[in-house]
Order: sequence, then structure tokens, then C-alpha cells
Amino acid sequence: MLFANKLTISVKNKIIIKNFSYFFKKDKIYAIMGPNGSGKSTLALTIAGHPTYKINSGKIKLKNHYIQKWTPDKRAKAGLFLSFQSPLILNGVSLFQMMRVALRGKISPLNLNNKINRFAKELQIKQELLKRPLNEGASGGERKKLELLQGLILQPKVMIFDEIDTGVDIDSLKIIAKMMKKYQKTSTYIIITHYNRIFQYFKPDRVLILTNGVLMKTGDWKLAQEIENIGYEKNFGK
Amino acid sequence: MKKTLENNQFKAKQGISEDFIFKLSSWKKEPSWMFEERSKAYKIFVNKALPKWGPDLKKLDFSKITYYIKSTDKPVGSWDDLPKEIKNTYDRIGIPEVEKKFLAGVSAQYESEVVYESIKKELDKKGVIFCDMDTALKKYPFIVKEYFGKLIPAQDNKFAALNTAVWSGGSFVYIPKGVKLKLPLQAYFRINAERFGQFERTLIIAEEDSEVHYIEGCTAPIYTTASLHAAVVEIFVKKNAHVRYTTVQNWSKNIYNLVTKRAKTEENALMQWIDCNLGSAVTMKYPSVYLIGKGARGEMLSIAFASANQHLDAGAKIIHFAPQTSSRIISKSIAKDGGRTSYRGLVQIMPEAKKSATYVSCDALLIDKISRSDTYPTMRIKVADTQVQHEATVEKLGQEKIFYLNARGINKNSAEGLLVNGFIEPVIKEIPLEYSIELNRLINIEMSGSIG
Repeated sequence: MLFANKLTISVKNKIIIKNFSYFFKKDKIYAIMGPNGSGKSTLALTIAGHPTYKINSGKIKLKNHYIQKWTPDKRAKAGLFLSFQSPLILNGVSLFQMMRVALRGKISPLNLNNKINRFAKELQIKQELLKRPLNEGASGGERKKLELLQGLILQPKVMIFDEIDTGVDIDSLKIIAKMMKKYQKTSTYIIITHYNRIFQYFKPDRVLILTNGVLMKTGDWKLAQEIENIGYEKNFGK
Repeated sequence: MKKTLENNQFKAKQGISEDFIFKLSSWKKEPSWMFEERSKAYKIFVNKALPKWGPDLKKLDFSKITYYIKSTDKPVGSWDDLPKEIKNTYDRIGIPEVEKKFLAGVSAQYESEVVYESIKKELDKKGVIFCDMDTALKKYPFIVKEYFGKLIPAQDNKFAALNTAVWSGGSFVYIPKGVKLKLPLQAYFRINAERFGQFERTLIIAEEDSEVHYIEGCTAPIYTTASLHAAVVEIFVKKNAHVRYTTVQNWSKNIYNLVTKRAKTEENALMQWIDCNLGSAVTMKYPSVYLIGKGARGEMLSIAFASANQHLDAGAKIIHFAPQTSSRIISKSIAKDGGRTSYRGLVQIMPEAKKSATYVSCDALLIDKISRSDTYPTMRIKVADTQVQHEATVEKLGQEKIFYLNARGINKNSAEGLLVNGFIEPVIKEIPLEYSIELNRLINIEMSGSIG
């Protein structure tokens, strides 16, 4: 579904990701783990098309298209979704208004509203939070729920979750994880995380370990557990 | 300059003189006091210098302006003569053909007589007077004389003097004691009047315990070949009365829009100005509120949107003369494509205004690096026992927020439109729905950059 082919990525002339290649298969769940500064978020933002990140070499293929030169909105329209690590507050713009523009011509405002309310109820997002500008007055956990909510509405083919589990209390994490599991069937998940804790609720098909911008190791869900127990440094050195 | 008087029609050529003012006043069959007002004002206009601050007005040539245009002489002859971008905007906002032609000055009147008649009956029953100023001067000369120029004398500034000298059209509104109008009064319904007169003169009197919401303008670009719009608006808000004055204006981009607006509020009265400006080459507008009665309140909510070759210099002036008065100013400005916005505000709290409070917030949004925004806030607090809050921000349209929206499949233009509309939302939510929808749409058009 998503193929990163020999990606080398830099920010302000500093190389962050070196020669990363991986094929993410349709409807599978992947975990990308690694210590701080290993380049996990860089990878996510580059795939989504953030203008700060430069692809020095390599290609990204989504389904049948090479997307590395596409604008971020075109990538999103083609079925790519990024759940942000630190979602911003959008002054004066509610989630409904944003989704309405994103899905213009595809869903009626009434159906969109119903859909938002249905998922919000399942995610236990308070109604008043939906009426406010996006993320205004929202806690860490609520922001991540609102990210997931958008993903569920947009129904993308590939969903990248950049630390959906950080800044989230245990109850919210449980709700988020269960929803992710419930609606995963038709999406490829790429879950970027430091920890194993979200995988109490569902297991990743493959775990990728990124250190210093290099894909060091891949393995099954047990690798995530191993990391949790002995840490990155003992496992791979530095 | 030349004037002609033929077939009872009055036509003016370019330029202004004492003689012209005499002919204008006598053609309108005005009382002599009005002619005297005009004549005095003309002298003040001639002697007064242009403001030494604010936007550049050097290009304004007073000898090349036509000072009186009867609605039937409106200069645009046909739909085909209209500039293409104006026609495009009309189409994109989706306004009906007849209204388009009216706005464009192609037809002099918009026939909404049926609607108007039913509203008029309702107003008559309540004793409300709503007509154009020329009619008011004929039918209610004593009321007009009592209030005309009392709040904005000709000496106030060069453009107020000019307006007083050559005014025509504008609205006259009188709300009797205790009458609370639920529906807004819209200049839109005022038939047989020059809706977008260059030198409109508006006078609103709200008697004790009354309530009115007046709306002027519309979001469609108002096309006129004239280059100067210098209006004067005076509002008297009596004890416990509430006046809200909403302006949504989108002048074509060759206009100098230099407007003087002022309200006087008495005990426990409330005056609200809501002012949205998109068009014009230059706008200078600082609606003011004089809080003269105990517990009076004044509010100013404004939006200014400046694009290429536009300088919108707008703000507010609120003077607290009485105890326990309060004021609130919220200004939102947006500049793009090298446009320039300025916030210029004055809040003055006089020694008598004990236990007063003021809140000023001015936010500027810059869409790109070539645009400019300045803030000139002035606070003169002459008494210790007051609450003063002032916030000012200048932000650039954040790349991160645009990327966030892009990542939801929203393209750059739509993302910018969404963020700009979000930025002005605190003001937008105060204006009637039909205007706010059009304004949002218009901002999206401006942001998409295909027009203007």
C-alpha cells in the first residue's frame, strides 16, 4: 500500500533519515519505535508532505502513484492521513467546519454532522468540545481523540499515528486503542511510539526500530515488548 | 466648472465652489439654515488641511470630483461597461440579476417595493421614521435641525466639512421612546433614495428605552466611477436605549473611503459599531462613542481586509466622560498581496469617569511577507480607579496550521480561507447570518486570488 524506497531526508541541510526502505502492506498494522531524535516524526511528516522536510533521494509510492512530489493535500486526498503528535489550536475553526471543507461535495452537511456525532460519542468526546474551535481548551487526551475522530471520518487507506499515546491518560488511551482496533479493517496503520503500552489492546503485525535515522531492525510484536523491557541502547547500542 | 439647470434637473460637473453649494441647496429647496450650514462648512473645508497622519491622500484631486450625482445620472451606463472583476464577483457570490444591476449602478432602483411597503406599515404603526435625509429635511425640519451637525460639527475634520457642505442622501432614523425594533432596519429597503451616495449623511435618534439595529452596505462590491466617499453618521442614543450599527462594505478598489461616524450615549445606553471593510483604495474610519451618561457602554467590533494597492486605516475612538462607563474594542485586520492595514485607536478616560472599564484587543493577520500592518493604540487614562486591558497581536498565517489542514486534504487556498474566516470569527458571529455567509464567501474569493 505504501512503499518507501531508499528515502534520504534532510532538514536545513542536515540529513535526518538515511536510505530508509520499507513496504507497508495493505490493511496491516505497523509500529515504528525508536528513541527521541531517531527520525520517526521526520519520516511521518515527510510522507505527509511537510514543506520543511526535503527528500534528497528516494521515492514514496502510495498504491499505484509516486507521491513524493505531490502537495500534502493531494496526498491526503489520495488516502493518506497523519494524526499529529501535537495538534494545534485552530482559532475560530471547528472540527465540523474543517471536515466540511475537506469533504466538500462528498457528504451532505447533515450526514457529516451525524457521522461526527456518532464517532464522537464512541470516543467519549464531549459535545461542547466539538462546538469550540478545534482543540481549544482540549486536554492532551482529548486532542488525540479529535485526531482519531478526523481519521475515522476521512476513511483513508493509510493512517500514520505520530505518538497517539503520549500525553494521554490511561482511560483515554484505552478508548483510543479500542476504537483504532475496531475500525482498522480497511486501513494500513503506521503507529509511531516510544512505548509498548498501546499494544496491550492490539498487536502490530510488524515492528520497525529506527535509530539515528536508520532502520535498524524489524520483527514481530514481541520486538516491541523486548524494547520495553531492555531499552534501545542495550539492544542496539549507540 | 459648470452647472446646468434645465427641466428641473440638476446636473453638476466636476469641482466645488460657493456658487455650486448655493445652487445645490436651492435646487433641493432647502431651508435657509441648511444653506448656511453648507456654506460655513464649505469655508472650513477649503481652509482645513488634510490630516497629517495616516494614509497618503495626495492623489485625491478635489477639483476632479463630481459633487452631486442624481441617481438617474449614475455614470455607469450598462452592464457591459462594468469591469470584468466586478461582474465575476457578483456571479461568484451568486446574487440575483436585478440586484446585480442595481449594485452596479446600472439601474437606479431596486424594486423591492412590496417588501418595503409591508415593513413601512409596521414602522409607521410604531411611530418610527425611516427615510432618506433629504426627505427628512423636508418633512421633519425641526428634528433634523435639532441634531444635525451637533455631534460631528464641520470643524471636526476636512471630510466632515466637505460632507456638511455637499451632502445628499443617507438615512434618517427616529425611534420613539420605548420602541424596540426586533428586525434590523436595512438601508437596502430604503426606496427612492440614493443608496450609495458619495456624501451620505445619516442621522439616527434613539429615544429613551428604545432599541434598533441599523445595517448599511452589502458584501457585493459597490461599483462607482466616483473616487471619493465621504460620509458622516451621527447617532444619539438616549437613556437606556440600544443602537447597533452594522456596516459591511466592499467598495471597488479605486475609492477613497473617508468616513466620520460618531455616537453619543446617555445613561445606561449601549452603542455598538460593527464595521467590516473589504474594498476601497484607502479607507480612513474611526467610529467613535462618547460615553456621557453614567453606566453607558460603547463597543466597536471591526474587520479590515486589505489586498494589493489598498491601505485600510481603521480603528475606534471611545471617550469615557461619566462614571461606571465601559467600552470594548475588538479589531481584526488582514493584509495580503502587499496590502496594508493599520489599527488606530484612542480610548480616553476622563477624571469624572470613575470605576470605568475598557478592553481593547487588536489582532492583525499577515498572509505573506510583502504585506504590512501597523498598530497605533492610544490610551489616555486620567483617573486611577479604572480597569484597563489592552491586547495586541500580529501573526503571520502559520505554515504549520496550513500544513495541518493540507494533511486533511484541504488545498492551500481553502486552508487560508478557513484560517482567515476563523481569525475574524469573533466579529463575524455578531453580524446577521445572511451577511456573515456572504462575507465568508467573499473572503474565500479574495483568498483564492483569482479576483482583484
